[in-house]
Amino acid sequence: MNVLLGIGGSEDSFRALDKTIDRAQEAGDSLTVAILENPDSDPDPDDLAERARTALEDAGLTPDVHVLEGHAGSQLVDFAEREGHELIVLGGGETSPLGKVQLGSIAEFVLLNATVSVTLVR
Amino acid sequence: MSRIYPDEVAGPYDPPPRSLTDKAGRDIEIRRFEDDMEALVSMYLDFDPEDRAQGIPPTTDEQIREWLDTIVTEAGVNVIAWHDGDAVGHATLVPDFDDNEGTEGLDEFELAIFVLAEYQESGIGSQLITALLGAGRAEEIDRVWLTVERWNHAAVALYEKVGFEPSETGSFELEMGAKLR
Repeated sequence: MNVLLGIGGSEDSFRALDKTIDRAQEAGDSLTVAILENPDSDPDPDDLAERARTALEDAGLTPDVHVLEGHAGSQLVDFAEREGHELIVLGGGETSPLGKVQLGSIAEFVLLNATVSVTLVR
Repeated sequence: MSRIYPDEVAGPYDPPPRSLTDKAGRDIEIRRFEDDMEALVSMYLDFDPEDRAQGIPPTTDEQIREWLDTIVTEAGVNVIAWHDGDAVGHATLVPDFDDNEGTEGLDEFELAIFVLAEYQESGIGSQLITALLGAGRAEEIDRVWLTVERWNHAAVALYEKVGFEPSETGSFELEMGAKLR
């Protein structure tokens, strides 16, 4: 499958990176990683891209990493449609001190707007 | 991400204990948590999965105990509604730590309230939440926040009635804040 993973630097996005790489290795997926501007997290996009490239290379996958500028959700959906990805993968949210699942703003936008299937990694 | 809180103080409300007769004529006692872990576990095992919100409460005995261990702590505030010796409602304030040591950021507390299905819409929820806010104020807690699923109009109405105001408008979850002091 032709998979597009979006990461913006939040904790759940790093978890999604690890799990999606594991899954791609098992399933033989073609994996592309998009670096997103997440208004709720700080990491520098270039650092994030480097981290993703290293993780992909370490796993023996092609380091296909793109930095998307602008509104993260819409850029990711647009990129997936333009490049013919069949699945968008995102971090599935963080948990509050009480343990409530809190979905990020990017995931909310993508769920409501994507025309391809979306996986949220928990 | 900083939360927005109302200028007006919520309440102020009286802390527990409280006694009331609910709309179904049941005698209900509201008290602070005191070594009542087994009663709470029983209550959550009876909890209707349909009433779960944002992944809590968990469903299995083991997960319920693990979850309660993280929220029922010395640093938090827990209030229980009792009927005939059984816990039928639980409201909690959980500190929102900014650091891993759990010492910073203690002035903001996350609120949640759970009432068993057959005790809902009987006036217990508003007594339980105001008792919790009264207990929080007595513990010198300044600010309380929560998130609620946007479509859960009954819950949003209850939170607004007791002094919460929306502080952030995501699309699925509404964040609300209240000032206690």
